[in-house]
Order: sequence, then structure tokens, then C-alpha cells
Amino acid sequence: MRLHIDRTACDGRGLCAELLPELLESDEWGFPMARGSSGVPEELTRAARRAVDRCPKLAFHLAPGS
Amino acid sequence: MTTVAEPRLLGEPVEAYVPKLDPKQVIDLARQAGLTGRGGAGFPVGRKLAAVAATGRPAMVIANGAEGEPGSEKDRYLLTHQPHLVLDGLQLVARACHASALFLYAPPAALEPVRRALWDRRREAVSVRLAPAPSTFVAGEASAAAAAVVGGGAIPADKMVRLAKREMPTLVQNVETLAHLALVARHGAEWFRTRGTQDEPGTFLATVGGAVVNPQVVEAGYGVPLGELLAAAGGPSGPLSAVLVGGYHGGWVPADPELPVSRAGLDSYGATPGAGVVTALPASSCGLRETARIVEYLAGQVSGQCGPCLNGLPRMASALSDLAHHRIWLGMTSEVDRLRGLVTGRGACHHPDATARLIGSAMRMFHEDVTAHLKGECVAR
Repeated sequence: MRLHIDRTACDGRGLCAELLPELLESDEWGFPMARGSSGVPEELTRAARRAVDRCPKLAFHLAPGS
Repeated sequence: MTTVAEPRLLGEPVEAYVPKLDPKQVIDLARQAGLTGRGGAGFPVGRKLAAVAATGRPAMVIANGAEGEPGSEKDRYLLTHQPHLVLDGLQLVARACHASALFLYAPPAALEPVRRALWDRRREAVSVRLAPAPSTFVAGEASAAAAAVVGGGAIPADKMVRLAKREMPTLVQNVETLAHLALVARHGAEWFRTRGTQDEPGTFLATVGGAVVNPQVVEAGYGVPLGELLAAAGGPSGPLSAVLVGGYHGGWVPADPELPVSRAGLDSYGATPGAGVVTALPASSCGLRETARIVEYLAGQVSGQCGPCLNGLPRMASALSDLAHHRIWLGMTSEVDRLRGLVTGRGACHHPDATARLIGSAMRMFHEDVTAHLKGECVAR
């Protein structure tokens, strides 16, 4: 799975970067930024799903692929 | 208009003619011809058609003549001069994709000649609806076009689900691309490949402007030497310092008359022929000031949806403007580089990426000027 951020919906609330610090950080305006690739390692899938569920703008997705 | 050698698109205006081809034949022709999109991205047409056809669902096809690029005039010119060629191509694509809805999307003024041409074709099975395009820069982006033709705002959409894979598969092709396809259907793939290069076959329309004697739309084969393109527009009006190829989303290249205008020829400068905009910069103008002006324009054309673009482009524009106008501060060039990295890949469309790339090409092409500006000087004369 890979992370997909719908940039047109994202408001920069920052929950995803807080819930998934291993994969995301916030830029200087508060918008999420992938630390490396957008691939989600097996062990972080559950945490990633939680972040998807908590995004207040429904902008954060898990998409097939790596 | 001028052509470098024999005209194709810019030849005599033609009447409607859509040969009876089945979907596979259309896709095969596009593949054999090696036809690529002329709207800027240069994606292979055969692959795009096949992806939409493979869904097996009726598609929506949009002929895109929005041409939001300020320097570009070739789509408007083509729609006025050869509306039937564009509409022939649209009908061929419609067959390849089992289209149930066809649109021609262009600025209101460019729709007029098409309206007249459509009257001649009123008996066609799938009729073409005309959709006016606003004059914003991003209005021609594929997903923006797809939104606009159905009455939405002409702004780019998220791409998690690609246009071709939507519930109603959507295919957006530049109007020039469609006109080429119509010619391929008339004359064959082999004929198409007799111009251009082995890897980049065919001709393209270029809008040649800036510091040339007769700015105009020119048709040439890919790989045409830059000097010949400029000569077709009357030649440079004076000494040049550089040429912007590919428009505001393009890149700066040296004013080298031998430089082949093709993907391969421009690659080392981080540029591509794009949608064919070729703008000559006179030696009397400062490349950094010109780039700062363009980036300021691009920052103003942000659709306002994506945070990194909305915030990052004005910041880049401001830093570049400081450099161009000698408002020097410590670390300004590395800040420009950092911002370029920060916005790249972080928008729903390529507006931030292309803007960052243009700035990168300016910093390389005008590196001597960057050094001069940091010392309060300028190399423009």
C-alpha cells in the first residue's frame, strides 16, 4: 500500500503527521510531507489506516501499489 | 504562418473526412505512427486510447483547445484554419473509445469557427458539444477540462483515480493531436513518420515569438534546428541571450541555432518542446527579471486548492523577484532551491513542479547573471 494525499482536500490540520511520524512530517505551513517514499511498510499499515480514518478532511488515503 | 518544409496541418483547409476504421485500427494507427500528445506532456496517444478502450465502458472525450499558456496561439490558429481536421480526429478517437459524449473545449472566440464547421457535420452519429474554456493558466490541465465541460470550475482534480479509469472513462486530447491523428488516418503511419526523428516522429506547431521579426505559428518536424524555427518567424530581431522553449512551464535553452528542438535535443537543459511555445529573449533583457515576472504570473495562477503550491509559489516568486531586482539577502539562492524541492510533487497537478523546474533552468542558464546580481550588477546590455 502507499499513502495518497488528496492535496485539493487537505487543509493542513496535521493529524496524519502526528499519527504517522515514521512516514510523514509537516512542512512549514502545516501540510504533510512524506519523509521518504510514499510506500507503507507492513508493520505500519494499522497505524496508517488509523490516520486515514482520523483525517478531518477525508484527504488522506491508502492506495494500492508501492 | 510559415512552415519549415512541406506543410501538413498548415496546408490547405480540408473538408470533413472520417474513414471507416474500427476501434483497434484507430489505436494501431496511432501506435504505428508514434503519435504523441501535442498539449505539452507528450504522452503516447495509442497508449492513452488503449487504456480508455480497455475499460469497456462508454467514454467521454474532450478535444482540448483551452491553451492557457500566454505565449501560445497555435491551437486557436488551428481551430480557425483547420476545424474539420480537429473534428475528424475527435470522431476517430470517439470510435476507438466507444465515446458517448464528445466535447470541444476552447476559449469562446476559438469556438466560433468550430460552430460553423459543425453545421456541415450535423448528421454525425455522436454530436460534439462546445464548451467554453476560461482564460486561466490551469484551465487546460486535463482534469480541469474534464470538470469544466460538465459545468464545474476549470480547476485540477486529485488523481488517485486516473481520468481513464473513472466511472465514466475520460480522455482529454489536445486539438493539434487530434488533427495529426486525422492526417494519419488519411495518409497512413508511414507517411507520418517521414517527418521528425526516428524516436519523435511527425511535425508540431510552434508559436514563435519574443525577439523575432514576425512572431507567428510555424509548423516543423521534431528535431528542427532552433535557428530554422526562428528564421521561419523572420529571424531574431537582434542579439539574443537565450530562448524559452515550452512556454511558462518550459525551460531556458541557449540561443544556439544548431540546437535540435526535440525531447532528446533539449533534455540536457531540462526542457522539452512542450506545446511548442518558443520565445526569444533579447540580449538587452535580463533573464532573471523575465523569469521573475513569469513566476509571479504563475504564482497568481494557482487554483488555491493545494497548500504547498498556494504557499510555496508566492514565496518562490518573491525570492526570485528579490534576486532579479537586487534586493539581496543572505542565502537567497539556496532558499530558492529549498522551496523548489518543497513544492515539487505536492500538488494535484504539475503546476508547482513545472514552476520549480522553470526556475531551476533559469538559475542554470543565467548562472553568470545570478553571480552578477548578488554583487548588485547585471549582464543584460
